[in-house]
Amino acid sequence: MSAALIAQLVVIGFTFFMLLNSAAVLVLMERKVAAFIQQRLGPYRVGPWGTMQPLADIIKLMMKEELRPKSADAFLFYLAPILCATAAFAAFAVVPFGADTTFFGLLDEPVKLMAADVNVALLVIFAITSMGVYGIVLAGWASNSKYSLLGGLRSSAQMISYELSYGLSLAAVIMLAGSLSLREVVGAQAGYWHLFGVLPIPKWYVFLQPLGFFIFMTAGVAETNRAPFDFPEAEQELVAGYHTEYSSMTFALFFMAEYINMVTVSAVAVNLFLGGWHGPFLPEWLGWIWFLVKVFALLFFYIWMRWTLPRYRYDHLMEFGWKWLLPAATLNLLVTAGVVIWMGW
Amino acid sequence: MDALFFWIFAAVTVVASLLVVGQRNPMYSVLLLIVSFAALSGLYVLLNAPFMAVVQIIIYAGAIMVLFLFVVMLLNVRSEEDGAETRRPFDFGPGPRKFGAVLALVLAVQLIWALRRIAEAPFAPAAANAAEQTSVTAIGLRLFREYAFAFEATSVLILVAMVGAVILARRDPHAPTRKDQ
Repeated sequence: MSAALIAQLVVIGFTFFMLLNSAAVLVLMERKVAAFIQQRLGPYRVGPWGTMQPLADIIKLMMKEELRPKSADAFLFYLAPILCATAAFAAFAVVPFGADTTFFGLLDEPVKLMAADVNVALLVIFAITSMGVYGIVLAGWASNSKYSLLGGLRSSAQMISYELSYGLSLAAVIMLAGSLSLREVVGAQAGYWHLFGVLPIPKWYVFLQPLGFFIFMTAGVAETNRAPFDFPEAEQELVAGYHTEYSSMTFALFFMAEYINMVTVSAVAVNLFLGGWHGPFLPEWLGWIWFLVKVFALLFFYIWMRWTLPRYRYDHLMEFGWKWLLPAATLNLLVTAGVVIWMGW
Repeated sequence: MDALFFWIFAAVTVVASLLVVGQRNPMYSVLLLIVSFAALSGLYVLLNAPFMAVVQIIIYAGAIMVLFLFVVMLLNVRSEEDGAETRRPFDFGPGPRKFGAVLALVLAVQLIWALRRIAEAPFAPAAANAAEQTSVTAIGLRLFREYAFAFEATSVLILVAMVGAVILARRDPHAPTRKDQ
Protein backbone atom coordinates (compact mmCIF):
# COMPACT_ATOMS: atom_id res chain seq x y z
CA MET A 1 0.00 0.00 0.00
CA SER A 2 1.27 3.40 -0.91
CA ALA A 3 1.47 6.22 1.61
CA ALA A 4 -1.21 8.19 -0.24
CA LEU A 5 -3.65 5.29 -0.03
CA ILE A 6 -3.04 4.86 3.70
CA ALA A 7 -3.53 8.59 4.22
CA GLN A 8 -6.80 8.46 2.27
CA LEU A 9 -8.02 5.53 4.37
CA VAL A 10 -7.08 7.39 7.54
CA VAL A 11 -9.08 10.40 6.36
CA ILE A 12 -12.11 8.20 5.61
CA GLY A 13 -11.89 6.44 8.98
CA PHE A 14 -11.45 9.74 10.76
CA THR A 15 -14.50 11.23 9.01
CA PHE A 16 -16.62 8.25 10.03
CA PHE A 17 -15.36 8.36 13.62
CA MET A 18 -15.96 12.10 13.95
CA LEU A 19 -19.48 11.81 12.54
CA LEU A 20 -20.30 9.10 15.08
CA ASN A 21 -18.93 11.28 17.84
CA SER A 22 -20.65 14.40 16.60
CA ALA A 23 -24.02 12.75 17.21
CA ALA A 24 -23.07 12.12 20.86
CA VAL A 25 -21.60 15.61 21.32
CA LEU A 26 -24.67 17.20 19.75
CA VAL A 27 -27.04 15.39 22.09
CA LEU A 28 -25.16 16.84 25.04
CA MET A 29 -24.94 20.24 23.36
CA GLU A 30 -28.66 20.24 22.67
CA ARG A 31 -29.50 19.42 26.28
CA LYS A 32 -27.06 21.97 27.67
CA VAL A 33 -28.11 24.79 25.34
CA ALA A 34 -31.78 24.00 25.92
CA ALA A 35 -31.18 24.07 29.65
CA PHE A 36 -29.41 27.42 29.58
CA ILE A 37 -32.08 28.95 27.37
CA GLN A 38 -34.67 27.80 29.90
CA GLN A 39 -32.55 28.91 32.88
CA ARG A 40 -31.76 25.38 34.00
CA LEU A 41 -28.42 23.63 34.40
CA GLY A 42 -29.01 20.59 32.24
CA PRO A 43 -27.19 17.30 32.78
CA TYR A 44 -24.29 17.77 35.20
CA ARG A 45 -24.06 14.58 37.26
CA VAL A 46 -22.24 12.22 34.92
CA GLY A 47 -18.66 13.36 34.61
CA PRO A 48 -17.41 16.93 34.96
CA TRP A 49 -20.08 19.39 33.72
CA GLY A 50 -22.12 16.41 32.49
CA THR A 51 -19.67 15.62 29.71
CA MET A 52 -20.00 11.86 30.16
CA GLN A 53 -23.78 12.03 29.73
CA PRO A 54 -23.70 10.85 26.07
CA LEU A 55 -21.76 7.76 27.13
CA ALA A 56 -24.37 6.96 29.77
CA ASP A 57 -27.11 7.49 27.18
CA ILE A 58 -25.46 5.09 24.74
CA ILE A 59 -25.06 2.40 27.40
CA LYS A 60 -28.68 2.86 28.41
CA LEU A 61 -29.87 2.56 24.82
CA MET A 62 -27.87 -0.60 24.24
CA MET A 63 -29.18 -2.29 27.39
CA LYS A 64 -32.82 -1.62 26.52
CA GLU A 65 -35.04 -4.33 25.19
CA GLU A 66 -35.64 -4.50 21.47
CA LEU A 67 -39.36 -4.40 20.79
CA ARG A 68 -41.25 -4.94 17.56
CA PRO A 69 -45.01 -4.66 17.20
CA LYS A 70 -46.55 -8.00 16.32
CA SER A 71 -48.35 -6.67 13.25
CA ALA A 72 -45.30 -4.83 11.93
CA ASP A 73 -43.64 -5.83 8.68
CA ALA A 74 -40.45 -7.32 10.12
CA PHE A 75 -38.15 -6.86 7.13
CA LEU A 76 -39.06 -3.23 6.44
CA PHE A 77 -39.24 -2.46 10.15
CA TYR A 78 -35.53 -3.23 10.51
CA LEU A 79 -34.55 -1.95 7.07
CA ALA A 80 -35.87 1.56 7.80
CA PRO A 81 -33.42 2.64 10.56
CA ILE A 82 -30.51 1.11 8.63
CA LEU A 83 -31.47 3.11 5.52
CA CYS A 84 -31.74 6.29 7.58
CA ALA A 85 -28.33 5.90 9.22
CA THR A 86 -26.59 4.77 6.01
CA ALA A 87 -27.90 7.73 4.04
CA ALA A 88 -26.85 10.10 6.81
CA PHE A 89 -23.26 8.80 6.82
CA ALA A 90 -22.97 8.44 3.05
CA ALA A 91 -24.05 12.02 2.36
CA PHE A 92 -21.04 13.37 4.27
CA ALA A 93 -18.61 11.38 2.12
CA VAL A 94 -18.34 14.09 -0.53
CA VAL A 95 -18.06 17.02 1.89
CA PRO A 96 -14.54 18.50 2.12
CA PHE A 97 -13.55 19.84 5.52
CA GLY A 98 -10.13 21.34 4.96
CA ALA A 99 -7.53 22.36 2.40
CA ASP A 100 -5.31 19.67 0.89
CA THR A 101 -2.64 18.77 3.40
CA THR A 102 0.59 16.78 3.52
CA PHE A 103 0.20 16.10 7.27
CA PHE A 104 3.17 18.28 8.31
CA GLY A 105 5.28 17.17 5.37
CA LEU A 106 4.75 13.50 6.19
CA LEU A 107 3.53 12.78 2.67
CA ASP A 108 5.05 13.68 -0.67
CA GLU A 109 1.72 14.44 -2.31
CA PRO A 110 -0.97 16.43 -0.49
CA VAL A 111 -4.09 14.44 0.37
CA LYS A 112 -7.62 15.82 0.11
CA LEU A 113 -9.47 16.18 3.40
CA MET A 114 -12.63 14.44 2.27
CA ALA A 115 -13.74 10.85 1.93
CA ALA A 116 -14.42 10.98 -1.83
CA ASP A 117 -13.79 13.71 -4.38
CA VAL A 118 -16.66 13.52 -6.86
CA ASN A 119 -17.06 16.13 -9.55
CA VAL A 120 -20.84 16.20 -9.11
CA ALA A 121 -20.60 16.32 -5.31
CA LEU A 122 -23.53 18.68 -4.78
CA LEU A 123 -25.88 16.45 -6.73
CA VAL A 124 -24.59 13.38 -4.89
CA ILE A 125 -25.50 14.96 -1.56
CA PHE A 126 -28.90 15.89 -2.95
CA ALA A 127 -29.44 12.32 -4.20
CA ILE A 128 -28.40 10.61 -0.98
CA THR A 129 -30.49 12.94 1.15
CA SER A 130 -33.51 12.09 -0.94
CA MET A 131 -32.79 8.41 -0.26
CA GLY A 132 -32.89 9.12 3.48
CA VAL A 133 -36.57 10.00 3.16
CA TYR A 134 -37.32 6.35 2.47
CA GLY A 135 -36.03 5.36 5.89
CA ILE A 136 -38.52 7.65 7.56
CA VAL A 137 -41.43 6.79 5.26
CA LEU A 138 -40.79 3.06 5.60
CA ALA A 139 -40.49 3.30 9.36
CA GLY A 140 -43.88 4.97 9.40
CA TRP A 141 -45.47 2.35 7.21
CA ALA A 142 -43.79 -0.80 8.52
CA SER A 143 -44.62 -0.06 12.18
CA ASN A 144 -48.30 -0.57 11.36
CA SER A 145 -49.33 2.10 13.82
CA LYS A 146 -51.49 5.15 13.21
CA TYR A 147 -49.08 7.63 14.75
CA SER A 148 -46.11 6.25 12.84
CA LEU A 149 -48.01 6.25 9.55
CA LEU A 150 -49.09 9.87 10.00
CA GLY A 151 -45.52 10.83 10.89
CA GLY A 152 -44.19 9.08 7.80
CA LEU A 153 -46.81 10.69 5.54
CA ARG A 154 -46.12 14.14 6.89
CA SER A 155 -42.42 13.67 6.51
CA SER A 156 -42.63 12.60 2.87
CA ALA A 157 -44.98 15.48 2.02
CA GLN A 158 -42.71 17.94 3.80
CA MET A 159 -39.54 16.69 2.17
CA ILE A 160 -41.05 16.71 -1.33
CA SER A 161 -42.18 20.29 -0.78
CA TYR A 162 -38.92 21.63 0.57
CA GLU A 163 -36.55 19.68 -1.65
CA LEU A 164 -37.50 21.93 -4.57
CA SER A 165 -36.49 25.15 -2.84
CA TYR A 166 -33.40 23.40 -1.49
CA GLY A 167 -32.30 22.40 -4.98
CA LEU A 168 -33.04 25.83 -6.49
CA SER A 169 -30.99 27.62 -3.82
CA LEU A 170 -28.11 25.21 -4.57
CA ALA A 171 -28.40 25.94 -8.29
CA ALA A 172 -27.77 29.66 -7.77
CA VAL A 173 -24.48 28.94 -6.00
CA ILE A 174 -23.51 26.42 -8.68
CA MET A 175 -23.96 29.13 -11.31
CA LEU A 176 -21.79 31.60 -9.39
CA ALA A 177 -19.00 29.08 -8.86
CA GLY A 178 -19.40 27.43 -12.25
CA SER A 179 -18.83 24.00 -10.74
CA LEU A 180 -20.68 21.15 -9.05
CA SER A 181 -17.65 20.13 -7.02
CA LEU A 182 -17.70 21.31 -3.42
CA ARG A 183 -13.92 21.72 -3.42
CA GLU A 184 -14.10 24.10 -6.34
CA VAL A 185 -17.02 26.02 -4.83
CA VAL A 186 -14.94 26.54 -1.67
CA GLY A 187 -11.89 27.42 -3.77
CA ALA A 188 -13.90 30.15 -5.51
CA GLN A 189 -14.56 31.78 -2.13
CA ALA A 190 -10.92 32.44 -1.22
CA GLY A 191 -9.69 35.99 -0.80
CA TYR A 192 -11.33 39.33 -0.02
CA TRP A 193 -13.28 42.13 -1.62
CA HIS A 194 -12.36 45.59 -0.45
CA LEU A 195 -15.35 47.71 0.35
CA PHE A 196 -14.60 51.40 -0.33
CA GLY A 197 -11.09 50.26 -1.12
CA VAL A 198 -10.22 49.49 2.50
CA LEU A 199 -12.75 47.42 4.44
CA PRO A 200 -11.97 43.78 3.65
CA ILE A 201 -14.95 41.48 3.19
CA PRO A 202 -14.32 37.78 2.66
CA LYS A 203 -15.51 36.51 -0.74
CA TRP A 204 -18.18 34.31 0.79
CA TYR A 205 -21.29 33.58 -1.23
CA VAL A 206 -23.49 34.48 1.70
CA PHE A 207 -22.82 38.13 0.80
CA LEU A 208 -23.82 37.54 -2.82
CA GLN A 209 -26.66 35.19 -2.02
CA PRO A 210 -28.26 36.29 1.26
CA LEU A 211 -31.68 35.13 0.06
CA GLY A 212 -30.19 31.87 -1.18
CA PHE A 213 -28.57 31.27 2.21
CA PHE A 214 -31.86 31.92 3.99
CA ILE A 215 -33.72 29.55 1.67
CA PHE A 216 -31.03 26.89 2.00
CA MET A 217 -31.08 27.01 5.79
CA THR A 218 -34.88 27.04 6.01
CA ALA A 219 -35.21 24.11 3.62
CA GLY A 220 -32.34 22.40 5.45
CA VAL A 221 -34.22 22.64 8.75
CA ALA A 222 -37.29 21.19 7.08
CA GLU A 223 -35.25 18.40 5.45
CA THR A 224 -33.74 17.36 8.77
CA ASN A 225 -37.14 17.49 10.48
CA ARG A 226 -35.97 19.93 13.11
CA ALA A 227 -38.09 22.47 14.98
CA PRO A 228 -39.94 24.58 13.97
CA PHE A 229 -40.61 22.09 11.15
CA ASP A 230 -40.55 18.90 13.23
CA PHE A 231 -43.96 17.65 12.14
CA PRO A 232 -42.98 14.05 11.50
CA GLU A 233 -42.42 13.72 15.23
CA ALA A 234 -44.73 16.37 16.65
CA GLU A 235 -44.93 14.89 20.14
CA GLN A 236 -48.13 16.60 21.20
CA GLU A 237 -50.04 15.13 18.27
CA LEU A 238 -48.20 12.01 17.17
CA VAL A 239 -46.52 10.65 20.34
CA ALA A 240 -43.13 10.47 18.59
CA GLY A 241 -44.11 10.26 14.93
CA TYR A 242 -42.41 7.79 12.65
CA HIS A 243 -40.23 6.26 15.38
CA THR A 244 -43.00 5.73 17.94
CA GLU A 245 -42.71 1.94 17.80
CA TYR A 246 -38.92 1.78 17.85
CA SER A 247 -36.84 1.07 20.91
CA SER A 248 -33.26 0.40 21.90
CA MET A 249 -30.64 0.63 19.14
CA THR A 250 -33.11 0.85 16.25
CA PHE A 251 -34.39 4.03 17.86
CA ALA A 252 -30.81 5.15 18.45
CA LEU A 253 -30.10 4.81 14.73
CA PHE A 254 -32.89 7.26 13.88
CA PHE A 255 -31.71 9.59 16.58
CA MET A 256 -28.14 9.44 15.32
CA ALA A 257 -29.22 9.90 11.71
CA GLU A 258 -31.07 13.08 12.62
CA TYR A 259 -28.03 14.63 14.27
CA ILE A 260 -25.65 13.54 11.52
CA ASN A 261 -28.00 15.04 8.95
CA MET A 262 -27.82 18.28 10.90
CA VAL A 263 -24.03 18.16 10.72
CA THR A 264 -24.13 17.46 6.98
CA VAL A 265 -26.53 20.30 6.22
CA SER A 266 -24.42 22.67 8.32
CA ALA A 267 -21.20 21.50 6.68
CA VAL A 268 -22.67 21.91 3.20
CA ALA A 269 -23.98 25.37 4.12
CA VAL A 270 -20.52 26.33 5.39
CA ASN A 271 -18.90 25.09 2.18
CA LEU A 272 -21.43 26.74 -0.11
CA PHE A 273 -22.09 30.05 1.58
CA LEU A 274 -19.58 30.67 4.37
CA GLY A 275 -16.29 30.11 2.59
CA GLY A 276 -15.58 26.58 3.83
CA TRP A 277 -12.18 26.41 5.50
CA HIS A 278 -11.17 29.95 4.47
CA GLY A 279 -10.81 32.49 7.24
CA PRO A 280 -8.48 35.14 8.61
CA PHE A 281 -5.55 34.69 11.05
CA LEU A 282 -4.98 30.98 10.47
CA PRO A 283 -2.66 29.50 7.84
CA GLU A 284 -4.26 27.42 5.09
CA TRP A 285 -3.33 24.05 6.57
CA LEU A 286 -5.14 24.90 9.80
CA GLY A 287 -8.28 25.80 7.83
CA TRP A 288 -10.19 22.86 9.29
CA ILE A 289 -10.32 24.82 12.57
CA TRP A 290 -12.30 27.55 10.82
CA PHE A 291 -14.45 24.87 9.27
CA LEU A 292 -15.26 23.36 12.67
CA VAL A 293 -15.94 26.78 14.20
CA LYS A 294 -18.37 27.67 11.42
CA VAL A 295 -20.13 24.31 11.50
CA PHE A 296 -20.59 24.53 15.25
CA ALA A 297 -21.90 28.08 14.97
CA LEU A 298 -24.57 26.84 12.55
CA LEU A 299 -25.36 23.83 14.76
CA PHE A 300 -25.76 26.15 17.72
CA PHE A 301 -28.11 28.24 15.59
CA TYR A 302 -30.15 25.11 14.85
CA ILE A 303 -30.52 24.28 18.53
CA TRP A 304 -31.17 27.89 19.45
CA MET A 305 -33.98 27.99 16.91
CA ARG A 306 -35.56 24.83 18.28
CA TRP A 307 -35.92 26.33 21.74
CA THR A 308 -37.02 29.74 20.47
CA LEU A 309 -39.58 29.17 17.73
CA PRO A 310 -42.81 27.25 18.31
CA ARG A 311 -43.84 24.61 15.78
CA TYR A 312 -45.73 25.82 12.73
CA ARG A 313 -49.18 24.57 11.91
CA TYR A 314 -49.12 21.91 9.21
CA ASP A 315 -51.07 23.85 6.58
CA HIS A 316 -48.91 26.91 7.29
CA LEU A 317 -45.83 24.83 6.66
CA MET A 318 -47.12 23.70 3.27
CA GLU A 319 -48.27 27.19 2.35
CA PHE A 320 -44.91 28.66 3.34
CA GLY A 321 -43.02 26.04 1.35
CA TRP A 322 -45.01 26.30 -1.87
CA LYS A 323 -46.28 29.89 -1.90
CA TRP A 324 -43.32 31.76 -0.41
CA LEU A 325 -40.12 29.77 -0.36
CA LEU A 326 -40.41 28.25 -3.85
CA PRO A 327 -41.25 31.54 -5.65
CA ALA A 328 -38.48 33.28 -3.70
CA ALA A 329 -35.99 30.56 -4.68
CA THR A 330 -37.07 30.75 -8.33
CA LEU A 331 -36.71 34.53 -8.35
CA ASN A 332 -33.30 34.24 -6.70
CA LEU A 333 -32.21 31.78 -9.36
CA LEU A 334 -33.48 33.94 -12.24
CA VAL A 335 -31.85 37.12 -10.93
CA THR A 336 -28.58 35.27 -10.30
CA ALA A 337 -28.65 33.79 -13.80
CA GLY A 338 -29.30 37.23 -15.29
CA VAL A 339 -26.47 38.83 -13.34
CA VAL A 340 -24.06 36.02 -14.18
CA ILE A 341 -24.76 36.43 -17.91
CA TRP A 342 -24.74 40.23 -17.75
CA MET A 343 -21.46 40.43 -15.86
CA GLY A 344 -19.99 37.57 -17.82
CA TRP A 345 -18.82 35.94 -14.59
CA MET B 1 -13.31 -5.30 -12.73
CA ASP B 2 -15.68 -3.16 -14.80
CA ALA B 3 -17.15 -6.25 -16.41
CA LEU B 4 -17.80 -7.79 -12.99
CA PHE B 5 -19.59 -4.69 -11.78
CA PHE B 6 -21.54 -4.51 -15.02
CA TRP B 7 -22.87 -8.04 -14.54
CA ILE B 8 -23.72 -7.39 -10.89
CA PHE B 9 -25.62 -4.18 -11.67
CA ALA B 10 -27.27 -5.66 -14.74
CA ALA B 11 -28.41 -8.73 -12.82
CA VAL B 12 -29.79 -6.62 -9.97
CA THR B 13 -31.64 -4.36 -12.42
CA VAL B 14 -33.27 -7.23 -14.29
CA VAL B 15 -34.10 -9.36 -11.25
CA ALA B 16 -35.51 -6.41 -9.30
CA SER B 17 -37.62 -5.33 -12.27
CA LEU B 18 -39.04 -8.82 -12.62
CA LEU B 19 -39.79 -9.00 -8.92
CA VAL B 20 -41.65 -5.66 -9.10
CA VAL B 21 -44.32 -7.32 -11.22
CA GLY B 22 -44.41 -10.42 -9.05
CA GLN B 23 -45.11 -8.76 -5.71
CA ARG B 24 -48.55 -8.95 -4.11
CA ASN B 25 -47.77 -6.08 -1.73
CA PRO B 26 -47.56 -2.76 -3.62
CA MET B 27 -45.13 -1.42 -1.00
CA TYR B 28 -42.54 -4.03 -1.94
CA SER B 29 -43.14 -3.36 -5.64
CA VAL B 30 -42.26 0.30 -5.13
CA LEU B 31 -39.14 -0.57 -3.12
CA LEU B 32 -37.93 -3.09 -5.68
CA LEU B 33 -38.40 -0.51 -8.42
CA ILE B 34 -36.13 1.81 -6.41
CA VAL B 35 -33.53 -0.96 -6.16
CA SER B 36 -33.77 -1.41 -9.92
CA PHE B 37 -33.28 2.33 -10.52
CA ALA B 38 -30.31 2.41 -8.16
CA ALA B 39 -28.62 -0.45 -10.00
CA LEU B 40 -29.33 1.32 -13.29
CA SER B 41 -27.56 4.37 -11.93
CA GLY B 42 -24.59 2.12 -11.18
CA LEU B 43 -24.54 1.19 -14.88
CA TYR B 44 -24.39 4.88 -15.78
CA VAL B 45 -21.35 5.27 -13.52
CA LEU B 46 -19.66 2.43 -15.39
CA LEU B 47 -20.44 4.27 -18.65
CA ASN B 48 -18.45 7.28 -17.40
CA ALA B 49 -21.61 9.33 -16.95
CA PRO B 50 -21.66 10.36 -13.27
CA PHE B 51 -24.09 13.20 -13.97
CA MET B 52 -26.65 10.87 -15.52
CA ALA B 53 -26.16 8.43 -12.64
CA VAL B 54 -26.86 11.04 -9.99
CA VAL B 55 -29.78 12.54 -11.90
CA GLN B 56 -31.25 9.05 -12.28
CA ILE B 57 -31.19 8.70 -8.49
CA ILE B 58 -32.50 12.20 -7.77
CA ILE B 59 -35.37 12.18 -10.24
CA TYR B 60 -36.48 8.57 -10.49
CA ALA B 61 -35.42 6.92 -7.25
CA GLY B 62 -35.71 10.12 -5.22
CA ALA B 63 -38.59 12.25 -6.43
CA ILE B 64 -40.90 10.05 -8.47
CA MET B 65 -40.77 6.97 -6.27
CA VAL B 66 -41.40 9.02 -3.13
CA LEU B 67 -44.62 10.16 -4.76
CA PHE B 68 -45.49 6.53 -5.56
CA LEU B 69 -44.80 5.54 -1.98
CA PHE B 70 -46.81 8.48 -0.75
CA VAL B 71 -49.83 7.44 -2.79
CA VAL B 72 -49.53 3.78 -1.74
CA MET B 73 -49.41 4.85 1.91
CA LEU B 74 -52.13 7.48 1.60
CA LEU B 75 -54.59 5.16 -0.11
CA ASN B 76 -53.41 2.31 2.09
CA VAL B 77 -53.56 -0.09 -0.86
CA ARG B 78 -54.17 -3.60 0.38
CA SER B 79 -52.05 -6.38 -0.98
CA GLU B 80 -53.71 -8.58 -3.55
CA GLU B 81 -55.36 -11.57 -2.08
CA ASP B 82 -54.61 -15.08 -3.18
CA GLY B 83 -57.08 -16.66 -5.52
CA ALA B 84 -58.93 -13.43 -6.20
CA GLU B 85 -57.89 -13.47 -9.81
CA THR B 86 -57.40 -17.04 -10.93
CA ARG B 87 -57.66 -17.12 -14.67
CA ARG B 88 -56.72 -19.59 -17.29
CA PRO B 89 -53.65 -18.57 -19.29
CA PHE B 90 -54.40 -16.53 -22.44
CA ASP B 91 -57.84 -15.64 -21.13
CA PHE B 92 -57.38 -11.88 -21.47
CA GLY B 93 -60.83 -10.83 -20.48
CA PRO B 94 -62.43 -7.51 -21.38
CA GLY B 95 -61.05 -4.29 -22.92
CA PRO B 96 -57.99 -3.27 -20.91
CA ARG B 97 -56.43 -6.69 -21.07
CA LYS B 98 -56.77 -6.89 -24.85
CA PHE B 99 -55.28 -3.44 -25.17
CA GLY B 100 -52.44 -4.44 -22.85
CA ALA B 101 -51.78 -7.55 -24.88
CA VAL B 102 -51.52 -5.51 -28.09
CA LEU B 103 -49.16 -3.04 -26.40
CA ALA B 104 -46.99 -5.88 -25.09
CA LEU B 105 -46.79 -7.34 -28.59
CA VAL B 106 -45.77 -3.97 -30.06
CA LEU B 107 -43.11 -3.56 -27.38
CA ALA B 108 -41.76 -7.05 -28.04
CA VAL B 109 -41.50 -6.35 -31.78
CA GLN B 110 -39.76 -3.05 -31.12
CA LEU B 111 -37.29 -4.68 -28.73
CA ILE B 112 -36.43 -7.45 -31.18
CA TRP B 113 -35.95 -4.87 -33.93
CA ALA B 114 -33.74 -2.68 -31.72
CA LEU B 115 -31.63 -5.57 -30.45
CA ARG B 116 -31.06 -6.85 -33.98
CA ARG B 117 -29.83 -3.45 -35.06
CA ILE B 118 -27.37 -3.31 -32.14
CA ALA B 119 -26.04 -6.71 -33.16
CA GLU B 120 -25.43 -5.44 -36.70
CA ALA B 121 -23.71 -2.23 -35.63
CA PRO B 122 -19.93 -2.43 -35.08
CA PHE B 123 -19.19 -2.65 -31.37
CA ALA B 124 -16.73 0.16 -30.70
CA PRO B 125 -17.40 2.24 -27.58
CA ALA B 126 -16.11 5.78 -27.88
CA ALA B 127 -14.38 5.53 -24.53
CA ALA B 128 -11.84 8.23 -25.30
CA ASN B 129 -14.24 11.18 -25.33
CA ALA B 130 -17.05 9.56 -23.36
CA ALA B 131 -16.18 11.46 -20.19
CA GLU B 132 -16.05 14.73 -22.07
CA GLN B 133 -19.35 14.17 -23.85
CA THR B 134 -21.25 13.31 -20.69
CA SER B 135 -19.96 16.20 -18.60
CA VAL B 136 -22.52 18.61 -17.21
CA THR B 137 -21.37 21.39 -19.55
CA ALA B 138 -21.62 19.21 -22.64
CA ILE B 139 -25.10 17.97 -21.70
CA GLY B 140 -26.26 21.52 -21.02
CA LEU B 141 -24.95 22.83 -24.34
CA ARG B 142 -26.50 19.96 -26.29
CA LEU B 143 -29.81 20.32 -24.50
CA PHE B 144 -30.18 24.04 -25.14
CA ARG B 145 -28.67 24.20 -28.64
CA GLU B 146 -29.26 21.07 -30.68
CA TYR B 147 -32.23 19.70 -28.76
CA ALA B 148 -33.74 22.98 -27.57
CA PHE B 149 -37.03 22.38 -29.38
CA ALA B 150 -37.51 18.86 -28.02
CA PHE B 151 -36.58 20.10 -24.54
CA GLU B 152 -39.09 22.95 -24.58
CA ALA B 153 -41.78 20.79 -26.16
CA THR B 154 -41.34 18.24 -23.36
CA SER B 155 -41.77 20.94 -20.76
CA VAL B 156 -45.03 22.02 -22.40
CA LEU B 157 -46.19 18.39 -22.41
CA ILE B 158 -45.44 18.07 -18.71
CA LEU B 159 -47.28 21.31 -18.04
CA VAL B 160 -50.32 19.97 -19.91
CA ALA B 161 -50.21 16.78 -17.84
CA MET B 162 -49.99 18.84 -14.68
CA VAL B 163 -52.97 21.02 -15.62
CA GLY B 164 -54.90 17.88 -16.50
CA ALA B 165 -54.14 16.33 -13.12
CA VAL B 166 -55.25 19.49 -11.32
CA ILE B 167 -58.52 19.61 -13.25
CA LEU B 168 -59.21 15.93 -12.59
CA ALA B 169 -58.44 16.23 -8.89
CA ARG B 170 -60.25 19.52 -8.35
CA ARG B 171 -63.62 19.41 -6.72
CA ASP B 172 -66.38 21.00 -8.76
CA PRO B 173 -67.11 24.29 -6.98
CA HIS B 174 -70.74 24.17 -8.20
CA ALA B 175 -71.36 20.64 -7.03
CA PRO B 176 -73.94 20.46 -4.25
CA THR B 177 -72.24 20.08 -0.90
CA ARG B 178 -73.66 18.26 2.07
CA LYS B 179 -74.75 21.55 3.59
CA ASP B 180 -76.90 22.47 0.62
CA GLN B 181 -78.86 19.26 0.55
